Amino acid sequence: MKVTGTAHMVGDHIDTDAIIPARFLVTTDTQVLGENCMEGLEAGWVKRVKKNDVIVAGENFGCGSSREHAPISILGAGIPVVVAKSFARIFYRNGFNMGLVLLEVGDDIDKIKDTDQIEVDTVNGEIRNLTTGAVITCSAVPPFMQEILDAGGLVDYAKRKLS
Amino acid sequence: MGQTLAEKILQRHTDQAITEAGQIVQCRVSMVLANYITGPLAMKSLKAMGEKPVFDKDKVALVCDHFTPNKDIDSAEQVKVVREFAEEMGVTHYYECGEVGVEHALLPEKGIVGPGDVVVGADSHTCTYGGLGAFATGMGSTDIGAAMALGETWFKVPPTIKVDITGTPGPFVGAKDYILNLIGRIGVAGALYKALEFSGEAVENLTVEGRMTMANMAIEAGGKVGLFSVDDKTLRYASAAGRSGDAALTPDADAVYERLVQINVTDMAPQVACPHLPENVKPVDETAGLKIHQSVIGSCTNGRIEDMREAAAILKGRKVDPKVRCIILPATPTIWKMCMKEGLMEIFMDAGCIVGPPTCGPCLGGHMGILAGGERTVATTNRNFRGRMGSLQSEVFLSGPAVAAASAIAGEIINPAKL
Ligand code: SF4
Repeated sequence: MKVTGTAHMVGDHIDTDAIIPARFLVTTDTQVLGENCMEGLEAGWVKRVKKNDVIVAGENFGCGSSREHAPISILGAGIPVVVAKSFARIFYRNGFNMGLVLLEVGDDIDKIKDTDQIEVDTVNGEIRNLTTGAVITCSAVPPFMQEILDAGGLVDYAKRKLS
Repeated sequence: MGQTLAEKILQRHTDQAITEAGQIVQCRVSMVLANYITGPLAMKSLKAMGEKPVFDKDKVALVCDHFTPNKDIDSAEQVKVVREFAEEMGVTHYYECGEVGVEHALLPEKGIVGPGDVVVGADSHTCTYGGLGAFATGMGSTDIGAAMALGETWFKVPPTIKVDITGTPGPFVGAKDYILNLIGRIGVAGALYKALEFSGEAVENLTVEGRMTMANMAIEAGGKVGLFSVDDKTLRYASAAGRSGDAALTPDADAVYERLVQINVTDMAPQVACPHLPENVKPVDETAGLKIHQSVIGSCTNGRIEDMREAAAILKGRKVDPKVRCIILPATPTIWKMCMKEGLMEIFMDAGCIVGPPTCGPCLGGHMGILAGGERTVATTNRNFRGRMGSLQSEVFLSGPAVAAASAIAGEIINPAKL
């Protein structure tokens, strides 16, 4: 998958209450959750997002609760990829299971600034900053997780195992 | 090469030989848990996996605890989804109505989780059961849906940080202070992807409830699990909860650890985590004098009977500041009843507290104690993220029960020793 969009910077330790506050957890509807994405960070945050934009985050993105509503709300907002210095553990698993692509880039995160235009090539693990020309390469998806992605996500992976 | 507690427990549940951290292993699960926030999504995933039944109706637990009693139509609808699923699948451990308690207090109390188990739950504080020596961790709904269908899940064997806690604590210092102190030292990502393994005399001297309070907040350091050895105390707790066949469990003497953190509790003051991250930990005196509007004593971290006793010992014969809502939520019906029998309810009511039902309620900003802009609370809960308990302009300070109770009386954050 190749995605080109605007980078939206958020800070370190963005927690799941910031991504989608508990008061919105009374639905599992992707669109409704998407309309309230990052509402716990800043009211109306999602209004700046266009389809295929990318969240660029600091350390430990997605820490806190296990709510899958968090990756769903990001996908619902039209954001297919999150690039971060690092991810929280449960969120990392959830992202893959839901089909949200997560790229961990460590200190290279400093090569992206808010509103930069970036192009993400998820297959080759390459991020191009079209505004500055900088290129970031990141490690491939671990083999076991690739197996789940290849099956089309965890739901289809389990379906195959059960049949 | 010796094994850590995490490796030892996982080894019991897999046929693969566990040799090192980082290895991916497929493990059988002892119990799979969901609540009604995460449950409906797990059920949606399970259905999409091919309309199969759960792998074992006795090994799935569904607890409707978060907004209970249902706060609005939407939450009632979600409970209904879970209830109907439980009926359809014949799930044995389904809890709602007068039987429900906060999941991580309820399941250990009923013996549904215990020593040596591998437990996965669609709730991040599933790690609480590490206090009983269970490899227990939170996952998202789809992972849980798959575990409900398959009876197994995959884990990356975590590297372990050994936390050695020594010394003898002074008054008003206990399990919550130890874990807050640790999170303050290593940070909210300090144990990211890793296991915490607790040892040392101060840990051995803790009750099993205290160990669960500590294991509960492993996730606040980013940890996968927070593990304690299984000793005589654990075995007594497990057998009182109706379990049989559990055995002692300790790490091998030559187990390999990623790092060692040493904490001495002898001169430790009661600890407080300031807004808006659990790592912003200070000795209580550095936050003393801040006016509060609310104090919450409850949750899966500190809603057990010992916590109630600790709060009652402070509140006895005193009055809560009239400008403070002091909300007490015993975490399960059994704890509620013990509070009544032991006369704690009378102490709470005489002091001017508001005693509520077993519920998560305010802990996640659900209901029964939401903060307005500019309001400040002390809470025995586990997260103080911005807006966690209400308005984005409110503040949550985390503490143990003694500080929360004392602060309710003083109307400001205070060291219980100075009350
Ligand atoms: S008490 Fe709070 S942290 Fe514990 S399960 Fe309930 S909402 Fe989660």
